[in-house]
Amino acid sequence: MTMANTTHLTDHDASAALAERIRQAGSEGTSLRIVGGDTRFFYGREVAGEVLSTREHRGIRFYDPVELVVSVRAGTPLSELEATLAKHGQMLPFEPPRYGEVSTVGGMVATGLSGPRRPWAGSVRDFVLGARVINHEGIEQRFGGEVMKNVAGYDLSRLMVGAQGTLGLITEVSFKVLPMPGATRSLHLELPLDEARQRLAEWGREPLPISAAAWLDGALHLRLEGGPSSVAATRARIGGDDLENDFWAALRDQRLAFFRAGQAPLWRLSLPHRTPALDLPGIDESHMIHDWAGAQRWLRAELDAEAVRRACQTAGGHATCYGPRPTAIEPFAPLPEVLMKYHRNLKAQLDPKGIFNPGRLYAAL
Amino acid sequence: MNILYDERLDGPAPEQDRAAIRDSLAQAIPDMTLLHREEDMRPFECDGLSVYRTLPLLVALPDSLDQVQRLLVECHRLGVPVVTRGAGTGLSAGALPLTHGVLLVMSRFSRILEIDPEARIARVEPGVRNLAISEAASPYGLYYAPDPSSQIACSIGGNVAENAGGVHCLKYGLTVHNVIKVEILTIEGERMTLGSDALDAPGFDLLALYNGSEGMLGVVTEITVKLLPKPEVAKVLMASFDDVEKAGNAVGAIIEAGIIPGGLEMMDKLAIIAAEDFIGAGYPVDAEAILLCELDGVEADVDDDCETVRRVLENAGATGIQQARDDAERARFWAGRKNAFPAVGRMSPDYYCMDGTIPRRELARVLKGISDLSERYGLKVANVFHAGDGNMHPLILFDANREGELAVAEALGGEILELCVRVGGTITGEHGVGREKINQMCAQFRPDELATFRATKAAFDPRDLLNPGKNIPTPARCSEFRTIKSASADTAPGKLQG
Repeated sequence: MTMANTTHLTDHDASAALAERIRQAGSEGTSLRIVGGDTRFFYGREVAGEVLSTREHRGIRFYDPVELVVSVRAGTPLSELEATLAKHGQMLPFEPPRYGEVSTVGGMVATGLSGPRRPWAGSVRDFVLGARVINHEGIEQRFGGEVMKNVAGYDLSRLMVGAQGTLGLITEVSFKVLPMPGATRSLHLELPLDEARQRLAEWGREPLPISAAAWLDGALHLRLEGGPSSVAATRARIGGDDLENDFWAALRDQRLAFFRAGQAPLWRLSLPHRTPALDLPGIDESHMIHDWAGAQRWLRAELDAEAVRRACQTAGGHATCYGPRPTAIEPFAPLPEVLMKYHRNLKAQLDPKGIFNPGRLYAAL
Repeated sequence: MNILYDERLDGPAPEQDRAAIRDSLAQAIPDMTLLHREEDMRPFECDGLSVYRTLPLLVALPDSLDQVQRLLVECHRLGVPVVTRGAGTGLSAGALPLTHGVLLVMSRFSRILEIDPEARIARVEPGVRNLAISEAASPYGLYYAPDPSSQIACSIGGNVAENAGGVHCLKYGLTVHNVIKVEILTIEGERMTLGSDALDAPGFDLLALYNGSEGMLGVVTEITVKLLPKPEVAKVLMASFDDVEKAGNAVGAIIEAGIIPGGLEMMDKLAIIAAEDFIGAGYPVDAEAILLCELDGVEADVDDDCETVRRVLENAGATGIQQARDDAERARFWAGRKNAFPAVGRMSPDYYCMDGTIPRRELARVLKGISDLSERYGLKVANVFHAGDGNMHPLILFDANREGELAVAEALGGEILELCVRVGGTITGEHGVGREKINQMCAQFRPDELATFRATKAAFDPRDLLNPGKNIPTPARCSEFRTIKSASADTAPGKLQG
């Protein structure tokens, strides 16, 4: 059985120092602002607290390609993890967005954002097998593990995904990884939005090797991944023009012109993927990006936040404001009262002194 | 250490006034079926792990959400524990009743509320059987992926409670990967939606937390699952080996070749013989181990992959490789595996199924360890193994009618689970902790980690009324567990029960 060489010059276990800093914050009554590469600073509310950097706590601690498992310290650059996996023909199937070279694995997990393959492959939390977390008393604890199936105790490792560090400091995460697909082809089909929606719904009921689908600028962009035979057959059947595979990285990392243009706030609308055009006055859906086969839509506009959120909620989804964000607009959709009560209870149980990223998600957490 | 609720170790279980509670509930919810006579409650005294039985205080069989809500409000007010039960097929005594608690049976909620083929989702009540979802989705070419062996009978609500798995998990995931939304009633009777019809929801991922929470954080009242298009084809290869270690290495080699099979199962000699004797699946009874490798997807890719896997198996030293020629033969190959538990049951009056998961690379070492333990305890063990994802199901053969043999089986099972933890695995891959593995939780987690679990529970159920005593052991239980372990460390294992 081969074990990948995981040593790295700058690998370092800083967990003891991190734990000590948390104990100190607990006894002093200070709050901590947890920072990795700080490339996702825009994603959430501002945190008043002393900076706690995870960057020193880095390195791939364990990787066994045959087990499909990798365990990585939180401060490890995402690029380093992806490069190591790629050397063994493997990948993080959820294609996390990279907002810069210094993006870290901890930040990726804490924000829980996934890329174009998400509707077909799953999200960050779907591939988390376990995590080490330093709790409010400065004790590093292990939840989940390095095996594919594990239902012992509550699933606290997946709970950490997207919690933005408000429940504890993630120090290490174990992921399930997968082999890269044998073949990849991307195509570009000039289609009106309605027709693209219709076709995607039909294709979705067939076992076709589609792994990304985004409509923008009057065309459906599709990616096919799988065995060479099925990819070639599907390519022939669907038609359209060839598209550079690079397109998906640009979409994933928000490097397309759409994401750079203008000063209006960028909104992410998460919707049931068959949601028809939203009822938003003055908004033409053809000026939006419809990723995830329509389940994730990007909108750039000066809009009444209430109106956007109401329209999304009516459709069964929610809206997130990425920024630039006027202070009056909350980044995340407000929660129903009962749900917020249990969020507060959970925060009070796991971080009773309010050490970890207070207010990052919601003012009350 | 006793598995049944023990006040000394598990916390106070105050004597309840059955008649008074029955009166209060009947008054609050006059239209709800409430069983109280011993003969009526007897069928509910255990779940699929039938060696543990407890008569509940009362059995509630609501048929409307309003009744469930009022029941929870009333039990909360009275301080009476509530144990929720689905189809009762669970294998970890997760739905084992409490003498001082009401058993809330959700089996009457058995309607499929909606199949939306365009959105590829099904919205169902918790009492719907797992297989019924796939049957209802079938006309649209869709199915629900997780398929525990009990899928004919088990309910989707129970699947959520245990985060149930099956034989296709490596490729298609567990229940948590296939449920997109649940409706919850809290112990205080509040309604709450977790997850969404979209691909994510704002706030903490409580949906992930509730999956596998064993009915201890809330009562699931509605579930939305995602449906997948049925694979165009599925083909299965059966390989025999004269050595289990070679079979184990073959599993790694398949994955190293970049292939993720839909199913990848392994059985050892005893399991092969039992299954062949029962089903006549065509298994090679002289083999030490067999592997069943199912490849599914688009036909052209599957054919390519079958060739690759065949080559890998040959290189791994398989003594025979057979590809099922048609769907009938494929079904026969699987029938042996899917009926392995009852097949083993025919060889022995009773069997006890374990559920540890290990890193696959430790397979040979763990099988050797199990074989040594089996010899030391004097009970046979048959091994059935979800090899692709490392989830083992050692089946311990015993006779409960023989004085003390259940205790020996329990002790042997406990040691197998502790062995799984020692090699970096877990005590349960898909069956849940329930009551069964409550002691081994003390081996897998440190006291401070267990305290974090208790804090999590307290956020949703501060008075510990939802399924108390399951899943997370008390500090008292763990300290006794550790005392016994250290006392027996230098004693012969056979004396453990004495």
